[in-house]
Amino acid sequence: MNTADQYLKAIYLIQEETDGPASTGAIADRLDVSPASANEMVGKLEGEGFCSHEKYKGVDLTDEGIVRAREALQNYCIIERFLLEVLEVEDFRGEARQLEPVIDETVAERLDTIIDRAPQCPDCFDAEDDVCGLVELEADPAD
Amino acid sequence: MSLQSPVGSDHQLARLLQIGVVLEEVVEARAAKHARESQDVDEDVRAFLAEAADESAGHRDRLEELVDELDADTVAFEEIKGLVEAQYEADQDFDWVLYDQLCNEETAYKFYDDLIEAIEGSEANFGVDREHLLAVLRELRDEEEAGVEEVTALMEDRA
Repeated sequence: MNTADQYLKAIYLIQEETDGPASTGAIADRLDVSPASANEMVGKLEGEGFCSHEKYKGVDLTDEGIVRAREALQNYCIIERFLLEVLEVEDFRGEARQLEPVIDETVAERLDTIIDRAPQCPDCFDAEDDVCGLVELEADPAD
Repeated sequence: MSLQSPVGSDHQLARLLQIGVVLEEVVEARAAKHARESQDVDEDVRAFLAEAADESAGHRDRLEELVDELDADTVAFEEIKGLVEAQYEADQDFDWVLYDQLCNEETAYKFYDDLIEAIEGSEANFGVDREHLLAVLRELRDEEEAGVEEVTALMEDRA
């Protein structure tokens, strides 16, 4: 997944959470980049027709941007589920975030042939928990 | 979420190589199953699929050596074979079998290509010799590229 796709996914998830435009500050926070970097990439994405950006209001994905963001989110779900179900990685969220730039969608599709993913993916993704809402996780012993 | 380099430590490198092992295991299991069970396939294609399964087993061994050097484990082939069997759709026709094999080879090629690029772009010091690591991955990538060409030729012959 390239950097643009990671931005589109972040904007999509923020918009899902807030039910409105995504501020560039929130995008920068989510991706752990500087606001200047976020602004620059938002400008590029706007130029490519994936979003519209209104000053003091925020960023809205276009229909095309939503399609691409959902594909990126689906790939992310595949990586998370693969790490959890096949490699049994405890910190599957953290590792999925590290791995997503180097796992291309064709690779994710092949990994998808051995995991158990619901047809409604990525609608079941829980942005707050950063994981598919249908994944059964063991209770945290600290709880 | 962050935009950090995906290959900045032995742990991350081992994880990516583990994914490579699983991909090869998926390829091996699917190609072997196609070769064994597909009805509408001639002997040339069956031989090609059996050879592709053997090649993937060889790639897996080479990746496992690297993972071993990094003190990590890999998922056993029998486990992946079971997962492939569980999701496999039976009675696939001839075109689908070759198309699936093309996807297998292309996916493995893309994976190695991206991994090589990520390692080349990383300044991390790994617990395996960088040049040896890159040489192995480039060799595997080249063999996958040859596999793509071979399966494409088989598809064209039968078009």
